[in-house]
Amino acid sequence: MTIVFWILAALTVAGALAAVTLRNTVHCALAVTTAFAGLALLFLQLDAQFAGFAQILVYIGAVAILVVFAILLTRGSETSEHGVFSPTWLAGLCIAAAVFALLGWAVLRSVNAIPQQVMAPAITVKDVGNALMTRYVLPLEIVALLLTAAMVGAVIVAMHEKGDVK
Amino acid sequence: MINALDQIFVLLKHWIVGFMPEALQPFVGIVLSVVAIVVVFPGLFALTTVLERKGLGRMQNRIGPNRTGPYGILQPVADGIKSLTKEDIVPVSADAVVHFLAPLVLVVVVFMGFSVLPMGRNMQLVDMDAGLLFFFAIGASTELSIFMAGWSSRNKYSLLGAMRAVAQMVSYEVPLLMSSVVVVMITGSLSLVKIVEAQNQYTWGLPHWYIFTPWGCAAFLMFAVAATAETNRSPFDLPEGESELVAGYFTEYSGFKFALFFLGEYLGMFSMSGLGTTLFLGGWSAPLAALNFVPSWIWFFSKVMLSICVLIWLRGTLPRLRQDQLMNFAWKFVLPMTLLNLLVAALWRFMGEGWLRWVVCSAILLGVYVVAGRTGMKRKHYGPRSYRYAE
Repeated sequence: MTIVFWILAALTVAGALAAVTLRNTVHCALAVTTAFAGLALLFLQLDAQFAGFAQILVYIGAVAILVVFAILLTRGSETSEHGVFSPTWLAGLCIAAAVFALLGWAVLRSVNAIPQQVMAPAITVKDVGNALMTRYVLPLEIVALLLTAAMVGAVIVAMHEKGDVK
Repeated sequence: MINALDQIFVLLKHWIVGFMPEALQPFVGIVLSVVAIVVVFPGLFALTTVLERKGLGRMQNRIGPNRTGPYGILQPVADGIKSLTKEDIVPVSADAVVHFLAPLVLVVVVFMGFSVLPMGRNMQLVDMDAGLLFFFAIGASTELSIFMAGWSSRNKYSLLGAMRAVAQMVSYEVPLLMSSVVVVMITGSLSLVKIVEAQNQYTWGLPHWYIFTPWGCAAFLMFAVAATAETNRSPFDLPEGESELVAGYFTEYSGFKFALFFLGEYLGMFSMSGLGTTLFLGGWSAPLAALNFVPSWIWFFSKVMLSICVLIWLRGTLPRLRQDQLMNFAWKFVLPMTLLNLLVAALWRFMGEGWLRWVVCSAILLGVYVVAGRTGMKRKHYGPRSYRYAE
């Protein structure tokens, strides 16, 4: 637990908290981007270069942009009048806490389940690529097909017939 | 002697670091490299603004700036003082915090891209295993700062400019990545240092740069188009089209914040040119084996400045594209061509040495280029524009 870890952890948690408590939707989107960035830096601090860069490329470069676009194109970025909390916030809090507890329990248990390794294995980007192209090639292709189908579906939903009255 | 001149900056750094106590040495080394990047590129930016204004002036039959200093070369100093002393105006309805953060985020993110570029033999801040991935990850973050600027200004022109910029950058990022992937396929490494080393070989005194192969030449052309669009340069300067949107996403910025946006845009140009140089033009390697005595950093910076001159030349020559042309070009022409180029590069890799692969690969690329271009143009009807998905 170095000082860098504590700074990054504070940044990530603060970003995530701001994302649920701020009143302006665009501010929330920007705050969640901060949390994404903090998470990416945590990955990098753990020497997981590929995970870190993929996190930046996908979450900051694509997901955050998608979120702000969706906000601007739909409801406008005005602040809602009646608070930021929905009436069922207590139930939501309970579910989130339960999921967090389950994940935390699983992670803490995994330390005992897996035999202790003397050294952390050095995974390079090349190893990730090799694994994706050999052992995990079928899941990769299925994901690619699924994404293509989703994109075609989105285009069909957005497209209106030629000569259609709007 | 030649070797010392080639490594002069590296030796200088080691000499300065040598004065520091043992514990501080790695830290001081990093700080020195960062300071070098932060000083050199804004210096080049100042030089480029004069070059651009003079060059554009010549192309448009004007004289360009000629009042400050001999031939107007002190113009950037005057501009800098002006932007520092100008009042910093923030609109009343603007979102003050986001409005303040946007230019800072842009400049910081753009500077980070330089950290992986090898600017000479042994001259890179970090030699990352995944340097190219880092560069693109950082490049993707600039879109967010542009959106922040456009949205926080609470001005419809700013917002329109930001939306255009983000749509354009998201669209052209795909061809940019795909055209760079062929280099990774052939080199077998994401490290920019290794990519340059793979190109630093000579046959009959001629270099093995990737631009001198059929797939490399095609990839370089598509990379150049996508990089121009990615940096919002003319003819892809719709986000700041001054005849339509005042100044696009930075309409509501004045004084030094405006200067920061200007700086960010030019630094983006430098880093994109640097990446193109590294991937296709052999990075810091000399264009002829006989010219290897010239220091490597001179070659890198001359190639970057040459690319900048080409960008200025394009700006003075080409008219601006329309939004639908821009999108059609990216998705219907450049993207399929980059996908084809991936296949051609794989073919090149597995056909082995010999003249046959030159003929086959060039024939495929040229044939598809001509056929796709002809059929694409044939279906074009010149008339009022129509949008299918957005009205």
